[in-house]
Amino acid sequence: MYGKGILKGLSVTWKRFWNTYIEDISWLLRGKKRYFTEEGIKHRSSSATRGIFTVQYPEEQLITPEEMRYVPFLVYDETPEGKREQRCTSCGICAKVCPPQCIWIVRSNDPNTGRPIPEPTEFYIDMDICMNCGFCAEYCPFDAIIMDHDFELASLGRNVYDMEKLLKPASYYKSIRPLNYERNEAERKAKEAAKAAKAAGAATPSAPAATS
Amino acid sequence: MATTLPQTETTQAATVDLGARFPGIVTADNRPAYKGWIIPKENLIEVATVIHDELGYDLLSNLAGVDYFPENIMEVVYHAYKTTGGPGLEFKVQVPREDPVEVPSLIGVWPGVDFQEREAWDLLGIRFTGHPDLRRILMWEGYEGHPLRKDWKEPFYEEDFKPFKSRWPDGQFHMAEEKNPYKDNLKFPGGFDPEKWIPEGEALLYGSLARYTVKNEEGLNTDQIVLNFGPQHPSTHGVFRAAITLEGETIAGLKPVIGYLHRNHEKIGERNTYIQNMPFTDRLDYFNSMANNFSYALAVEKLMNIPVAERAEYIRVIMAELSRVQNHLIFIGNLLNDMGAMYTPALYAFEERELILDIFEAVSGARMMCNYFRFGGVVRDVPDDVMQKIKDLVFDRLQAKTDEMDRLLSENEVLVSRSKGVHVIDAETAIQYSVTGPVLRATGIPYDIRRADPYSIYDRFEFDVCTRSNGDLYDNYLIRLDEIRQSLRILEQALKQIPQGPINSQKPAYQVRVPAGAAYGRSESPKGELGFYVISNGKPNPWRYHVRAPSFVNITPLEKMCIGNKIADFVLLFGVLDVVMGELDR
Repeated sequence: MYGKGILKGLSVTWKRFWNTYIEDISWLLRGKKRYFTEEGIKHRSSSATRGIFTVQYPEEQLITPEEMRYVPFLVYDETPEGKREQRCTSCGICAKVCPPQCIWIVRSNDPNTGRPIPEPTEFYIDMDICMNCGFCAEYCPFDAIIMDHDFELASLGRNVYDMEKLLKPASYYKSIRPLNYERNEAERKAKEAAKAAKAAGAATPSAPAATS
Repeated sequence: MATTLPQTETTQAATVDLGARFPGIVTADNRPAYKGWIIPKENLIEVATVIHDELGYDLLSNLAGVDYFPENIMEVVYHAYKTTGGPGLEFKVQVPREDPVEVPSLIGVWPGVDFQEREAWDLLGIRFTGHPDLRRILMWEGYEGHPLRKDWKEPFYEEDFKPFKSRWPDGQFHMAEEKNPYKDNLKFPGGFDPEKWIPEGEALLYGSLARYTVKNEEGLNTDQIVLNFGPQHPSTHGVFRAAITLEGETIAGLKPVIGYLHRNHEKIGERNTYIQNMPFTDRLDYFNSMANNFSYALAVEKLMNIPVAERAEYIRVIMAELSRVQNHLIFIGNLLNDMGAMYTPALYAFEERELILDIFEAVSGARMMCNYFRFGGVVRDVPDDVMQKIKDLVFDRLQAKTDEMDRLLSENEVLVSRSKGVHVIDAETAIQYSVTGPVLRATGIPYDIRRADPYSIYDRFEFDVCTRSNGDLYDNYLIRLDEIRQSLRILEQALKQIPQGPINSQKPAYQVRVPAGAAYGRSESPKGELGFYVISNGKPNPWRYHVRAPSFVNITPLEKMCIGNKIADFVLLFGVLDVVMGELDR
């Protein structure tokens, strides 16, 4: 029969159209909210989703996975006295590995001796050149540079970030990437423990190696 | 830990001994870690004819020019393959690097070298004698210099190789636009006045189109008209232009004009270090960044001669196949958009794509620009919850959704009558013109690199190489559905077999040591053969980084495909090649 294929196709669209309402009613009967709730958004972006699929940005936002990467930021630790302690040692690995070369680091020198000290005086990232590849965070040996989750960067000018804008506390890092933070902390502790063990006794040669 | 080594020994053993076939003429390339045969340019056509006719290498897949600057040598490297499978044959021609650099054109042996020779002329200034239409292809006619030559420098030139010294240790922030202010950031050749410039390229372009006056049946003089299709056109999937001569509604001649999105990816790649190229490959075919990463990693791993961690091999295959599924779904959606079935199939396809991109985001951090592969493995392991998500998707959802797409479209009378019998390309022409991927398989040639020249761990999986026999539009649509089903089969096996273990055989290093040599790594990307030809001289940056992009090579027979068809079908004939501009223009 001519037209059978079209009818078959239309049955698909028809089914998908009603699926939205079937889902809505079933959520209603279970007393749950399908829209503007985290549960609803999670369900709509899972493989069990049926019917309407879209998320109403900006009122709703997709749940970002932990590994999601957007422009980088610098991490500082807060000492108990409230002092900011930068993790960056201006070793330059991030600037060297950066594919579009958007990181500029000015090293600090000790004013008395003139020798370089492990801290940057200035640190610039040109966010308009940054390609969000994540190499800087991946290869930083001190976990001092981390990829952010904040992707709403629209501005009227150039987004050249200096140290003021780049530095964010370690607690922020913990809030956006809890698993990575835990892993890094564990590694750091293991490394420090190994160092301490090594320093404590040259007599005990087999210090536990830091595992990664 | 079981590992798979790159198969360098087997390929070397199985290649033919051209030196014995042509004693005194063809010599083996004896540079360390180089492969292939060096042919003097006087004998090139003769030897190439033998390679094609007698030895059966019917598919010339890759042509790359190389500039050896201090040695004053220009080299053209060819990679030929058999469509029946097996390893390839690499041969090269060396000529002195003094203008005019001339190499005979192989267009008479393999017509598919057409655009690749034009590209080598454009970017390296190698003149292919005997080429009928040797115009620039990516840059515009009148452009000064050949950008890929090693002594050519770009307007924003800083240093030859990254990392640049001004970032670290002599950190000094500057903005590029401050160094080159607006209206002052252009360099013109001497004696050039933009006000008086006449675009000679256009005259050459129209001159290359056959145009004549004919008498029709009623004895009236009719004239062909030239129609410029694009560059801004909703159906060209980006900025693409085709200059078409029309005889009524029938296409009488066609020349694609490309390069609007050209950024000289290869020059950027030669400035970069090896690892820095990885995120740049994402930007080639931006629908399939995982597949692009795959090819590039294969090429560099061949050079470094390192194994890939077992678990990483499986993760790579899973990601590449997921990428193929979403690419083909989008292809079907876009093809239907081009036919006028606006958005319903396309948006249904986008739903599944969203779910696959969610997985990419969870493992790599980005939805499209994944940058996930590293030499020897992948960046990070797939977490258990994401692995469960992939399983849910593959085992429960994608199969059903593919069937749904099938139900929605395959029997639709409008689609069938619009696409059945619209001839795309026949098998012989497709091979001659180096067409690869689903378009070639839709003509009945079972050539799939996953089977023909297996890489990674594809030899462990059971799957069929899909073919269709008619090579019309409808077959090209159906073969995509077939391939999605086969990809799902591979995915199911891979997800069941994937072992635990490390995800990289190497220690993470921001600079890798790549021994000197040359390697061609290729994989079956969803659009065809994606190859990377990388030459290392032992330094941190590649000496030559060439991309054999399937989109670029696949449009070579576009004119041949379109002549005789109606102008309304051009949109579909172009759409069926599944071209992505990021890869076409590079």
